[in-house]
Amino acid sequence: MLPTISNFLPSLPIDAIQIIYLVAAFFFIRGIKLLNSPATARKGNQLAALGMLIGIVVTLFDQQIVDLEWIIAGVLVGGLVGLILAKKVAMTAMPELVAVFNGFGGGASALVAWGEFSRYADPTLMTTDSLITTGLSVFIGSLTFTGSFVAFGKLKGFISGNAITFPGLNVINIGSMIGVFVLVGFFTVDPTNQTIFWIILGLSLLIGITSVIPIGGADMPVVISLLNSYSGIAAAMAGFVLGNSLLIISGALVGAAGLILTNVMCKAMNRSLFNVIFGTFGGDSSQSTGGDSGDKTVRETSAEDLAIQVGYASKVIIVPGYGLAVAQAQHVLKEVASKLESRGVQVKYGIHPVAGRMPGHMNVLLAEADVPYDQLLDMDQINPEFKTTDVVLIIGANDVVNPVAKTEPGSPIYGMPVLNVEEAKRTIVLKRSLSPGYAGIDNPLFYAENNQMFFGDAKKSLSALNEALNDI
Amino acid sequence: MSVLIFSLFIFVLACFIGFELIAKVPPTLHTPLMSGANAISGITIVGALIVAGHSAVGSQATQIIGFVAIVFATINVVGGFMVTDRMLEMFKKKEDE
Repeated sequence: MLPTISNFLPSLPIDAIQIIYLVAAFFFIRGIKLLNSPATARKGNQLAALGMLIGIVVTLFDQQIVDLEWIIAGVLVGGLVGLILAKKVAMTAMPELVAVFNGFGGGASALVAWGEFSRYADPTLMTTDSLITTGLSVFIGSLTFTGSFVAFGKLKGFISGNAITFPGLNVINIGSMIGVFVLVGFFTVDPTNQTIFWIILGLSLLIGITSVIPIGGADMPVVISLLNSYSGIAAAMAGFVLGNSLLIISGALVGAAGLILTNVMCKAMNRSLFNVIFGTFGGDSSQSTGGDSGDKTVRETSAEDLAIQVGYASKVIIVPGYGLAVAQAQHVLKEVASKLESRGVQVKYGIHPVAGRMPGHMNVLLAEADVPYDQLLDMDQINPEFKTTDVVLIIGANDVVNPVAKTEPGSPIYGMPVLNVEEAKRTIVLKRSLSPGYAGIDNPLFYAENNQMFFGDAKKSLSALNEALNDI
Repeated sequence: MSVLIFSLFIFVLACFIGFELIAKVPPTLHTPLMSGANAISGITIVGALIVAGHSAVGSQATQIIGFVAIVFATINVVGGFMVTDRMLEMFKKKEDE
């Protein structure tokens, strides 16, 4: 056993600590406010981190803290793991990393509630209010923990991206959730009964798994956003247990952020949240509907021809899809764009909200390739610009430029917001084949008169274009 | 007013501030927003510190739970803020203008 490292810090009165917590909360709010613009965002994040540091340091002055050995050990281990993860992760793997962090955050909140409960030698001394919030905190935190790791497994491919489900799974999930709430009720009546606590914990961990496993890989952006929201609510719940306003405020901010992003993703994918959670559409592999593509012709182009078309255009919009990132072609795309700009071509990027695998993912991938953020336009900004555009280069994207979403009420993607690329003078699609996207439906854009196809791997195609641009 | 009701007031008001603030974040920054918000949810570390640092009234179990909570929360906090910083550092304006 290690010798006990006692807290050598003087204790601050509780009101002083609370006031400093208020300062930390102010830093969080101010930090998020600065995230409103890419120019100030970095400062905002640093401000929030400073708020966190203030919150942590002042807590060490709490009179309840007497032992430091576990604290020092925990911070060292966690800090090292966090540091390595943050430094090593590839930008394409950001959704996985956020899923993992969500999981740890949720897990920590559940543990805090559990630890607070276990501190009481006689749990009947706890108020009913704290027992309710303890139960709920354990519930939300645990389900965030396991749910996030299932989402991580799906993104990483450890767990099949397909919807894994069986009849009655939804009923079981809803039944289990009701069961947890009933058990939390029993728990407040008889907190000395340890078995009830263990069942709540076990059931909550299980619900996290069984509620994420039936959701298809394509819907993971929604799931991660939702779990992000849960991790915030879990922190707020832990705040309720401890009566700590800083936890409540911060948790609420994060909960709100997650919900907004969930909503953004649902809208962009034309799905309702209910449908994502209880439906099973959106697997990794969707089969082609075949369609009547047989009697349509596509016009193919070559790298040389493409170079002439974009090289002599006055305005080019690039629409990147996830196929671009899979092929690791962001950097060569940036080279192409730079060459065009040096020829006096105006270049912009039109980014659909689901272009990446999480909200805003494609923007990060392009920023990594040194594309300036003022060229990255979101859907509402770019849509009015297609009319005045000479060439739209669509790279590794499909459903997000499918005009069927606007024209065919019977189509599964009808109503989904899409980029109005067909309004441009010419569209050129860089794609491996004519195969349909996630939604499994044919794209009439490919056969349109002013569209050309350039088949092949995005990186190879763009490299060829990059070469060809040297010769015109 | 009980502590629970008081806490509920804070929670609901903070949610409103959150919705107002975050609705204004442009889609370009949604990934850093998520990872940054994620780091903020690691604030639960404050609770973990109290659980782990509490005087051991004969309860080693509590301290172990607190230790694991600190590890998890610190991964969340350190990793979240650092990776967000790494991303935001890459967002640059056009230089040659």
